[in-house]
Amino acid sequence: MTVASLAPLAVALPFLGAALTFVLIHHPRAQRRVSLATLALTLALEVSVLVFVWQFGPVAVHLGGWAPPFGIVMVADEFSSLLLVVSSAVSLAVLAYASGQGAADGEESGPVSVFHPTYLIMVAGVSNAFLAGDLFNLYVGFEILLTASYVLMTLGGTGSRIRAGITYVVVSVISSLLFLIAIAMVYGATGTVTLADLAVKLGQLDPGTQQLLHVMLLVAFGIKAAVFPLSFWLPDSYPTAPAPVTAVFAGLLTKVGVYAIIRTETLLFPGHELNAVLLWVALATMLVGILGAVAQTDIKRMLSFTLVSHIGYMIFGVGLSSVLGLGAAIFYVIHHITIQTSLFMVTGLIERRGGTSAIGRLGGLAKLSPILAVLYFIPAMNLSGIPPFSGFLGKLGLLQAGVADGSPLAYALVLGGVVASLLTLLVMARVWNRVFWRSTADAENPDPVLLATAPDSSGGRSMSALRSSKHVDATEGRFSGELEKPILPPMMVYSTLGLVLLGVAMSVFAGPLFELSHEAAAAMLARTPYITAVFGAGVAP
Amino acid sequence: MSVNLTLLLMMGVLYAVGIYLILERSMTRVLLGLMLLANATNLLLLATGGYAGLAPIFNKDIPATEYNDPLPQAFILTSIVISFAVTAFMLSLIYRSWLLSRADQIQDDREDRRVASQDLFDAEEDSEIAIETSDFHEPVQSKDERLVPLKRTARRKPEQEPKP
Repeated sequence: MTVASLAPLAVALPFLGAALTFVLIHHPRAQRRVSLATLALTLALEVSVLVFVWQFGPVAVHLGGWAPPFGIVMVADEFSSLLLVVSSAVSLAVLAYASGQGAADGEESGPVSVFHPTYLIMVAGVSNAFLAGDLFNLYVGFEILLTASYVLMTLGGTGSRIRAGITYVVVSVISSLLFLIAIAMVYGATGTVTLADLAVKLGQLDPGTQQLLHVMLLVAFGIKAAVFPLSFWLPDSYPTAPAPVTAVFAGLLTKVGVYAIIRTETLLFPGHELNAVLLWVALATMLVGILGAVAQTDIKRMLSFTLVSHIGYMIFGVGLSSVLGLGAAIFYVIHHITIQTSLFMVTGLIERRGGTSAIGRLGGLAKLSPILAVLYFIPAMNLSGIPPFSGFLGKLGLLQAGVADGSPLAYALVLGGVVASLLTLLVMARVWNRVFWRSTADAENPDPVLLATAPDSSGGRSMSALRSSKHVDATEGRFSGELEKPILPPMMVYSTLGLVLLGVAMSVFAGPLFELSHEAAAAMLARTPYITAVFGAGVAP
Repeated sequence: MSVNLTLLLMMGVLYAVGIYLILERSMTRVLLGLMLLANATNLLLLATGGYAGLAPIFNKDIPATEYNDPLPQAFILTSIVISFAVTAFMLSLIYRSWLLSRADQIQDDREDRRVASQDLFDAEEDSEIAIETSDFHEPVQSKDERLVPLKRTARRKPEQEPKP
């Protein structure tokens, strides 16, 4: 009995927390405490699993004691345990952010009280997908996180959320159906769904069948990961959700798709047949995504498009299928989870401070709220790949891997990566110039919240500044009853700050992290550590 | 491995009708399409289990090859439960959408339209800095019409100063 055999608790604990918070649905404060404690405990457990796996190699847990190809197996290897730690850290930060928001706005009842249980169920689904040792359990993990995400996406049931939610649900259900069809075909062809078993048996199939199964799985995961021709649902649906929900979706959900693509490419189909296709798709994702971002006038939508664009970098690394490329892709995944989530969290704060997330209607925030400017500037530069930060290191690793590959297509991707990175800098700098740098007077049609708190009036820390303001009639309309809410609750600011600092820490400790990612990549490309962890020594491909 | 032809044909029909329905713009039809697709997939899963056999309850006297494969049926059960939950949730979304907009159609995204129809010209980035036509710093009405309003600058709001 080692600590790593407790890995399934990473799924069970959030479920337990979800049940508890559901019971406590009328006690918001207790609910917040329980869910924060649950996630903190899960994070501690996952860190110890990561340390163990890093020292002793991958661990498989056979649930119910059934022998491998028959029972359900959960596997924690370097890659999945690393992702578990990062995803739990990020979801803990977002939960603290959402709790701060809930506490500040006094959401004592109503539909929002389902937020905590649903959120924990989603975290359980993400953990289950990362730990799943067989295709069907991966499917179940996906379904758990997706079903929870449907609820979170449509929280409150406003018109725009319902509209976006319906598209999101339909697209997700179709991708899940494709995945299920692929599972049926895989089972029909090989008679097993255990990943480690498939790694051996898929190779023995006729190449045509292999290719069909490979494409089916990639299409299903490609929709979830939002790679180019399958990415149009994402910028449509993400921006309408509440700020903490968008933040956690942007960080985690697409990355689960990327995780599944990486598993497919390394463990199930280690051949190079579809690498050229993946590289083309990566190029198109990077460029089309960022060009979409350039056209946007709303920060949330702009960030959703950059999210799509940066998925392209990860697929680039996967498509190279070298230790260098895959290692850099893994590093990029964990960097991007942290940075993209913190950017969306900051956007939520900007929305509170300035009353809107439309770029044109904001201005002068650097003066009004310097802390917000710092919180935006660091992850924005990090995402654009400006040198001291992890975004630069991750992109550098990918470009090096591309150059080491040496094929013309790889060089085209290196070029595309640089262009996409520069355009990211352009959109980030544009937001900076307008929202933070220019004066409030330059904003077109600014929101009353922004005007009321501008330096010429009282400039207080709460909406009570609105009361004395000449810009709003505080007694009616959307501001009635909102006057006593703090604009920037400390808990929201600190949780964002924590995540931004985590991003900075990733830049500081990039050396060991890169080493770990390369180790994980080498182990995944070798495949034997994973297979022997499941079957025990003796069975090797 | 033998395949049940009736089930196979049924599956094909369900897939065809389901795909036709999800291409509709009406949300109820899309939901019906999704349900049909889910059921077609359940039939596909059933087909992967091979020929029908005895119930898989272990008996020493019956050889292993006589049993039915229980695993695909377990998959189907899971899949039915999931599609049941999703269908219920979709129905509630459709009902809510009906309450809000009185239409069973998927609405367009207004923000998409707005972004698509926005002007290519951006006052803050693209406006030209006014050309000084006089050596004297007085607001003189220009005599030379060619130098002044670059058509685009005219669209700019007068009080807005171009950024350096």
